[in-house]
Amino acid sequence: MPVIKASGVSIRYITGDFKDIGLKEYITRKLTKNFVVHEFWANKNISFELEKGDMLGIVGSNGAGKSTLLKAISGIMVPTRGRIQVQGSVAALLELTSGFDGDLTVRENTYLRGALLGYTRKFMDEKYPEIIDFAELQDFQDRPFKQLSSGMKSRLAFSIACLVNPDILILDEVLSVGDGAFREKSGQRMKEILANGVTGILVSHSLSQIRSLCNKVLWLDHGEQMAFGEAKEVCDRYQAFLETKGK
Amino acid sequence: MFKNILLRLKQHQFLFEELVKRDFKQKYKRTVLGMGWSILSPLLQLLVMKIVFTTFFGRNTPFYTTYLFAGNLLFNFFRESTTGGMGSLMSNRQIFTKINVPKYLFLLSKNVSTIINFGLNLIIFFIFAAIDGVPFTWKFITLIYPIIYLILFNIGIGLILSALYIFFRDIKYLYDILTMLLMYMSAIFYTVDSYPANIQQLFYINPVYCAIKYFRSVVIDGVIPAWWLHLIMLGFAALALLIGGVMYKKKNHHFLYYV
Repeated sequence: MPVIKASGVSIRYITGDFKDIGLKEYITRKLTKNFVVHEFWANKNISFELEKGDMLGIVGSNGAGKSTLLKAISGIMVPTRGRIQVQGSVAALLELTSGFDGDLTVRENTYLRGALLGYTRKFMDEKYPEIIDFAELQDFQDRPFKQLSSGMKSRLAFSIACLVNPDILILDEVLSVGDGAFREKSGQRMKEILANGVTGILVSHSLSQIRSLCNKVLWLDHGEQMAFGEAKEVCDRYQAFLETKGK
Repeated sequence: MFKNILLRLKQHQFLFEELVKRDFKQKYKRTVLGMGWSILSPLLQLLVMKIVFTTFFGRNTPFYTTYLFAGNLLFNFFRESTTGGMGSLMSNRQIFTKINVPKYLFLLSKNVSTIINFGLNLIIFFIFAAIDGVPFTWKFITLIYPIIYLILFNIGIGLILSALYIFFRDIKYLYDILTMLLMYMSAIFYTVDSYPANIQQLFYINPVYCAIKYFRSVVIDGVIPAWWLHLIMLGFAALALLIGGVMYKKKNHHFLYYV
């Protein structure tokens, strides 16, 4: 029984309809029969399966449709065509620092984010000191969030997020936050979580990270599925592709 | 279905509480008076209206201060709740495009702070009514009906507006005009007595007027309105909630394409 099963998933964005051009333009174009809607397929016919304990790496250049696919898996988007079946709870760590409120303090933001991720108040009361310790923000707890440096913000976001104990963990470029020391610490933490048998999906531009953490890799290019399979094989092909492209 | 909603609310209780706290802090950030403003501003509005309109309408209207206050109180509640609710989905786009949370929570949390404001102003309203010499009776208990009606109606309209606002930003300006028209049609500072009876009936098309009328009828005249007014109000609230609910349900996964 696969934990995640995507069969023929396609996701379409529409551009150039009336939300983009405004009402006046919409009416004039309708009247002059100039109205065209452009379709943009962010994902085209993507299929893969993951078993429990698998760690999937998703590679591909910018705009390949990686984040869109993650949104579909986490239930924020529904596929235009095809199906995604997911067994178990999903924790998605997408673009970590957005959604914080600049005027609230670090403490208030921590609780709000915890609530958004579906934790309980009791759980947050218990874990709050641990979060602040891990983020190394002991001296900033009652400062407004906007006064933090961007590195501190990411550290806090990561610390809250990595408390999760889900069945499925989705990581979008989150292992590259903070300075060198913090990065090491966070990589360590992720390995601990993954050792507990969760199924993970990791998006990263660092091939060495993908090679060291993932056992399966999905390669996307302009929404198309180029390859899906064992990590080493796909990574090698992707690397070769990058090298020929760079020439 | 209703039980389902309650169950989900229970499940998201912590998130809901945190959102309410955030909305409160956002609202009064860096103000000296903070919540004082939500009491002070309707009182100043009342003062100005009282000064200006007493000459025209105050002489023949018994308890004119209470009459004005009732209109202002309910209409302000309606306006604040719906215009505030309109932006609730849009302003949380950073959250609902990244995390899968029930989107109506943003509207509900926004409504909590307006309901609390309304509650405070309601207390002041009763104080003013007492000073005005209005006799207090057991019938005041029935005021719970228009209050719950307006809360539900506001939520329904808020759902509709916040969904529309995502697709159609012009709605903000359109709605400003609409609320202004609605205010003039709500008989806040004038009485409808000088209109012929059949025109007077037309005022009940205005959902806010229904609540205002109910309030005045109970507080000033000491009369509980007829059953048909209850029915009309029930219909308005149910309709608004139904349309809003259906819009949210149908468009749930479309919002993020438009923000």
